Amino acid sequence: MFCFSASARRLAPLFLGLALPVLVGPSGALVAAQPAQAQTVAIKGFAFVAQSITVPVGTTVTWVNQDEDPHTVTATDKSFHSAAMDTGDKYSFTFTRAGEFAYFCSLHPHMTGKVIVKG
Amino acid sequence: MHDDHAPPAPSVLDRRQLLSRCAGWAGTAAVYTMAGGTLSSTSLDQALAAGPRHHGGGAAKPFTFLQISDTHIGFDKAANPHARDTAIQAVEKIKALPHQPDLILHTGDITHLSTDAQFDDAKQILSGLSAPVFYVPGEHDFLDEGQGKAFLAHYGRGTKGTGWYSFDHYGVHFVALNNVANLKPGGMAHIGEEQLAWLKSDLAGLSASTPIVLFGHIPLWTVYEQWGWGTDDSAQALALLRRFGSVTVLNGHIHQILHKVEGNVAFHSARSTAYPQPAPGAAAAPGPLKVPDAQLPTMLGIRSAHFVPGTGPIALVDQSFA
Repeated sequence: MFCFSASARRLAPLFLGLALPVLVGPSGALVAAQPAQAQTVAIKGFAFVAQSITVPVGTTVTWVNQDEDPHTVTATDKSFHSAAMDTGDKYSFTFTRAGEFAYFCSLHPHMTGKVIVKG
Repeated sequence: MHDDHAPPAPSVLDRRQLLSRCAGWAGTAAVYTMAGGTLSSTSLDQALAAGPRHHGGGAAKPFTFLQISDTHIGFDKAANPHARDTAIQAVEKIKALPHQPDLILHTGDITHLSTDAQFDDAKQILSGLSAPVFYVPGEHDFLDEGQGKAFLAHYGRGTKGTGWYSFDHYGVHFVALNNVANLKPGGMAHIGEEQLAWLKSDLAGLSASTPIVLFGHIPLWTVYEQWGWGTDDSAQALALLRRFGSVTVLNGHIHQILHKVEGNVAFHSARSTAYPQPAPGAAAAPGPLKVPDAQLPTMLGIRSAHFVPGTGPIALVDQSFA
């Protein structure tokens, strides 16, 4: 299940503003904007599940901590990182360029994961 | 990190520095020591004044100290919804001990989520102790956005780097290490080059006969690598300790008693006052372990340590809440 993150909610009006002129365009054709891709990664049992995911550019990945211990999502190259996430907390990041993004839990560094973003 | 936290402390604390560091200090506290079978009492002020202030000082004498760990103030989940109460219980247990400790070591995870409110609450609970408390951070004390700023604001005065320091007490050299900062992907706990360099210089002037007590949060031996229960670069620290006759390494983190002796070094992992965790490899993952209510007190505890000069390893007594 995808839950809108705070950043996704902030972006929503922007998407609407862009989409609206297209919807009432002179051709009369309804052109739906490409639906935003979303993917969820669970944090449970001191592991990222799935440990590796492959997503298209533009995907918003949401991590949900299901453990009773806090965890973080911290990019190895520090390009993104969450605050400490207590039980039930979520963190979202939108991948806007292709590449392989390794990350780990900075509290329990044996926990590692990867997001492969395809252009 | 290269900044020291004001005021800069020498590697050996004198009495004034010791007192200024200790939030739990009460000037009228009494110290009881067993010496030659005779119970003696003196004020802690006098005791510290009489203690050796220099590396290798000869005035070793018997004393008791204490270890508490993993109080996790703020934890309220199923494994123990009353972690605050069990921390208070630990304080009451300590106050009821027949031999009051000269000092108390808290081996980290003071709080669950590094908030100022939790640090303040922990201070209030532990202020019931008459002996000074010396802290090292656990990873739960270093998870604020500032990655340790909150901990250092509360406990970092007079420490170096990310919160390491040492002091002497009656002939024993105590070293406080932080192995939860700047952890590397795929690794375990980490001491780091800067802290190791400091440790080398800190130990350099000590005679090999000086008993060493080294305390940190995550085990300094590899208990279970798959769960990150170990320290990547502990071998470098242990190499520096090899020449000493008696080395006692105390840690928390894994919320259970484990002992290991390797040559001159004795490793001891302590119970938490908050909740248990599974034995290494006994579950799919580490983390808070829910046990039947009646069993919980048997898995929480505190640890007394009795030092008697020239008698070999420091004797430990673990006491559960049961």
